[in-house]
Formats: sequence, structure tokens, C-alpha cells
Amino acid sequence: MAGKTLFDKIWDAHVVDEIKGGPSVLYIDKHLIHEVTSPQAFAGIENRGISVFRPQNTVATPDHNVPTIDQHLPIKDQLSRFQVNKLTENCEKHGITLYGLSHPFSGIVHVIGPQLGITQPGMTMVCGDSHTSTHGAFGSVAFGIGTSEVEMVLATQCILQPKPKRMRINVEGTLSKGVTAKDIILYIIAKITASGGTGYFIEFAGSAIRSLSMEGRMTVCNMSIESGARGGMIAPDETTFEYMKGREFAPKGEGFDAAIEKWKQLKTDEDAVFDAELNYDAADIAPMITYGTNPGMGVKVSSNIPNENEIEQSNLATFQKALKYMGFEAGDDIIGKEVDYVFVGSCTNGRIEDLREVANFVKGRKKADNITAWIVPGSKQVEKQANEEGITEILEAAGFKLRQPGCSACLAMNDDKIPEGKLAVSTSNRNFEGRQGPGAKTMLASPLTAAAVAVTGKIIDPRTLLK
Amino acid sequence: MSKDKFVTIESSAVPLPIENVDTDQIIPARFLKATTREGFGENLFRDWRFDKKDQPKPDFILNNDIYSGEILVAAKNFGSGSSREHAAWAIHDYGFKVVVSSFFADIFKNNALNNGLLPVQISEIFLSKIFDAVEKDPSTQLKVDLENQEIILLSNGEKESFEINSYKKECLMNGYDDIDYLLNIKDKIEQFEQNRV
Ligand code: SF4
Repeated sequence: MAGKTLFDKIWDAHVVDEIKGGPSVLYIDKHLIHEVTSPQAFAGIENRGISVFRPQNTVATPDHNVPTIDQHLPIKDQLSRFQVNKLTENCEKHGITLYGLSHPFSGIVHVIGPQLGITQPGMTMVCGDSHTSTHGAFGSVAFGIGTSEVEMVLATQCILQPKPKRMRINVEGTLSKGVTAKDIILYIIAKITASGGTGYFIEFAGSAIRSLSMEGRMTVCNMSIESGARGGMIAPDETTFEYMKGREFAPKGEGFDAAIEKWKQLKTDEDAVFDAELNYDAADIAPMITYGTNPGMGVKVSSNIPNENEIEQSNLATFQKALKYMGFEAGDDIIGKEVDYVFVGSCTNGRIEDLREVANFVKGRKKADNITAWIVPGSKQVEKQANEEGITEILEAAGFKLRQPGCSACLAMNDDKIPEGKLAVSTSNRNFEGRQGPGAKTMLASPLTAAAVAVTGKIIDPRTLLK
Repeated sequence: MSKDKFVTIESSAVPLPIENVDTDQIIPARFLKATTREGFGENLFRDWRFDKKDQPKPDFILNNDIYSGEILVAAKNFGSGSSREHAAWAIHDYGFKVVVSSFFADIFKNNALNNGLLPVQISEIFLSKIFDAVEKDPSTQLKVDLENQEIILLSNGEKESFEINSYKKECLMNGYDDIDYLLNIKDKIEQFEQNRV
């Protein structure tokens, strides 16, 4: 019998039952909820007259809709306040742990899960947010679900789910200076397109992936969903175990050693077969940026926007529509384009390592006058660490201001909207039309590229400014 | 909790020949602040449908009276992006029962099926035939027959079959939902939990 993939091992170990000709009943170890996609699910179980089945397996925090200034005051926006209050109310009623706005553990769901050691190798995890794939960086099967599925988990700790196909993407070799995890994933999505991963669960492997820190691995898995994939994952290794050590909810002492022994088994067998397998060379990857309105429309920062004759006929309409929205011309230089906003934050790149990278780069430099720069830490803990490490000070000296934690301009549900027609370089994950505010234009890039843009005011290849 | 049963639908269609329609276009994030499932139809395709002054944009298809019906026909890779189920609610709330495309994003497909909205995936070729037919004659009728898993262009009888897993098909046809199913096997779930420790 052929060996099993890591994905199969975890998935199969969580199948409670199979429906003939239908989906599997999958048991969920950890369920994360936030204020936007959960209220209708709670209303659903209440309508059925049932209670939450395993409240201890769900953790809640408000993130999507929260203001990033004056968090100690009542939320001004009435609807947002109502939604956040509803979450508090639901959690109290059903005995679910909530890290509310003032709690030191609060922050973006996908930042706090790993940071607190809630996320662990071998788990199944879901959340009503597509970037739940982030947690796959620890060798867990983690994916986003809709509100009906949130209701299923609340009611039964299970969901019905068809099993995806398996894909492995190997990135071998050494990344050159100035090339980061964000560039790897933007490169991969540019290669396979925004729908190339649909129907698959991706395992990322290869020496370039192994060389990444946990933060970098989270960035890669976070954006796996932008290829249409159900999720992404990376087998746990020493880097993972080292990161887990001492985390609030990670096993401790002997329990930790025992856990490591178990986690070490979590890898794809040598003879396992994937439904699709792709190989890339790390040496081909350079700092990347998107020019269009889906995350697959990315190129090297140093290259031009493609010409129409380089685009496949079937994609031409999408390409033209995207350029029209962005106000760009086919064949344009990307370097030198004037930028208005820089946003560093989100569950893709709002972790301490990202803030550190930006601070390292801007130390002793000043932001350009034409740039408004928002730096939004992914969690209260990231914010605290940034203060302790002197990152906040460096950023402020360079003319940046740190806001308080939340999803912020990643989806612009709160007041952090990029104004209409303005061009933003963003470390988040989506450049859809209007994603960062009605009429806002977004170019996705790494924190390093964003920092270089902030100090020069224009799109620039960050490598030209590296010492 | 039972939902409406899905019956065979015969209707004209609204064509949306745009590829990669993401869920941020279907329902922008700023309209996700509600805590109930109702009323999202009002803001379906909000930024394509209305201008800054909330006036309907005449060139957007939903504002064109000659197109109507319970079937939305979209170009490939429909529903990519966010997991927000509000996208499926908005389409359903607006009055659509079926979305036709040559390719759907995974989460959207699940969300649609969980809300009595049938995603019908067909070939590029048949999709462009439907677009052509509807463009020539906006009153063109389509028939979506879930039982036989067929979509038929009634003007010339051309048809294509579509896939749906038998479990979901049964749920839709009978108005069952997944939670009913899961609640019924709670013993098995508890057994599973015990066997693990
Ligand atoms: S930061 Fe953005 S992508 Fe991440 S959870 Fe928040 S809204 Fe979703």
C-alpha cells in the first residue's frame, strides 16, 4: 500500500463517519470565532433550542470590526458596537472563552491562535474566516468555513466536508537577500493563478520552506487560500517545536516532551502520492508585487506590467478590467509609481517579525512626505512586544504611527479605509476592487517592500536600498 | 430545521459575464455588520450596482430591467475570496435560486449549498452558448432540473448535465440541512471522542 500524505493522516484520524456519495463527518479540535461570522450561527442553535456541544473547544475574539484607536472607549459605530457586544453576550451565555478588546490576549484570530499555543500540530481547526489556513504552518489541517458550518461546530463539534485533493508544492534552494516568505507565496500564486489551487489542500515543502521561521511559514499558509486552495500546511519540525515551547496553552514539562514525540510522526511518507505536485527554485524568486485586482496578478517588483500579448486570451477581459480599475496601462513600469498609503498589518504580515523587519529597515530613515503609513499590530501581545523591543520608538521617529490591534485596513470594515482613488501598498492578502475601501487601489507586497516604498514614496525594489 | 425544498426551476436568467467575481464584490465588507441572515439582497453587488450617491448605475446588469429571473449566470471562478456566507445569503435574498458558472470557488460552493442556492457548474462551451442566447433574447428560458441533474436551454433544447453529490442533492430536494444530520449522529460523535482518549 502506498504511503500517506501528512494531510491524509490528520484528516483520516478525525473522520467520525462517512456519508455514501457525500461528505465526511469531520471532528474539529479547535474552533475560533469572531464577531462578524458567528452571530447568525448562535441564533441558529438557539432557534433549534440546543446548547453549544463542547464550549471548551471554541475560543472567541473580536477583530474584524474593531476600531484601532481609542479601544478603551465604547465603539462609536453603532453596528460594530452591537456586533462586538453580541459576541460577548453569546460567549457569556454559552460558556465560551472570550478575549475581549481589553484583554491582553486579544487580536486577530489567526495571530492569537499560534501565539498563545492554541494552535498545535496534528489538529483540525476551523474558523469563519478563509485565512484560517494560517494555522496549517504548524502541521494542522486548518481551513475557513461559512456561518452554517460555524453553527454545525457549535452544535456538534463536527462539520460535513468533502475531502479535498492533495497538492504538494516544493520550493528548493536558498532565497536571496531581500526575498521573504510573502514573496514566495505571491510568486506561487502568480504561477498557478488565483484559482489554480481550487479543490486542493496544499502541503508546502522543500529546503526554502524549511528555512523559514514560523512567522514566515504562517505567511505562506495564510495566503495559500488566495490560490483557491482549501488550505495549506507545512510539516512540523524543530523550528515548530522551538516556537511552541512555553506558549500559554502549549503542553508543559513532560507533557511537552510527549507531545513532541507525537508531533514528530506528522510527516508525509516517502512513497505517498499527491494528486498534483509542483516544483520551484528559490533562486527564481525576487521581491514581488501585485498590479491587478486579484492576488494572482503579481510580478517581480523590478519588472513591468505585462503586455496584452503576454496574457492568455481567456484572461484578457479580467486583465483589462483590472488595469482600468487600477488606472494602469499594460506594459507600464512598476518601479517609480507614486504611492499614497502604506499599510503594514493583517493576519498575513502583522506579526512581531514583520514589525521588526520594517523597523530594521526604517531605522535612521524618514517616511516620504506623500505617504500615510498605518502600522497595525496583529495582536495586543505583538503591540506589547513592539513597545518592549523599542520598535514603536523607531517607527515613530521615522514618522510612522502604530495603531491598535485589529484587522483594520485589510478589509476596511472599521474606519481604516484607504480613500477612493488612492494607491496603497499593503502587506495584507487581498487586492480585490474596493477591498481596502470603496474605490481604493491595492498593491500587495512584503513588509520589506512596503517599508522601502514608505521611505521613498514610490514603488521601489527594496534590494536597492539594502545595506 | 427544514428549509424550502428545491424544485425544478424554469426561468429567464441574468447574465454576468465577468470572471473571478469575488465575495468582496458580491457583498462588500462594510455591509457585514448585521447579526441576522436577512436583508443582504439590498446590498448585493453594492459597488457595481450603485454609485457614491447611492444612485443605481444604469450600465450594471441588475439595473437593466430587460434582464430578470431566478438564475444568475456568471463567468468562471465565481465566489472566490472570503468565506463570508453573507455572499450566498445576499444572492439568495435578492431572489436567485441558481448560480451557473464554469467554475466555483470551494467555500462559496459549500455556503451556497447550505442555503438552498444551487451552484450549477457547466462547461465553458455551454456557458458561452447560454450567454449568447440570453444576450440575443433576454427572455430566453432555462430549466434547471436537480432531480435529473440537467440544465436545459429551452429555446433549442440543448442541455448539459451537472455534478452534485448525492447527499447534498437529497438535502436540497427534501429541505434538510447538515445540522439535522449531525445532531442525529451525536452518539457516534461522543463515541469518537471517547475512543480518542
Ligand atoms: S486580517 Fe484580514 S484576512 Fe486576516 S482575519 Fe482579518 S480580515 Fe481576515
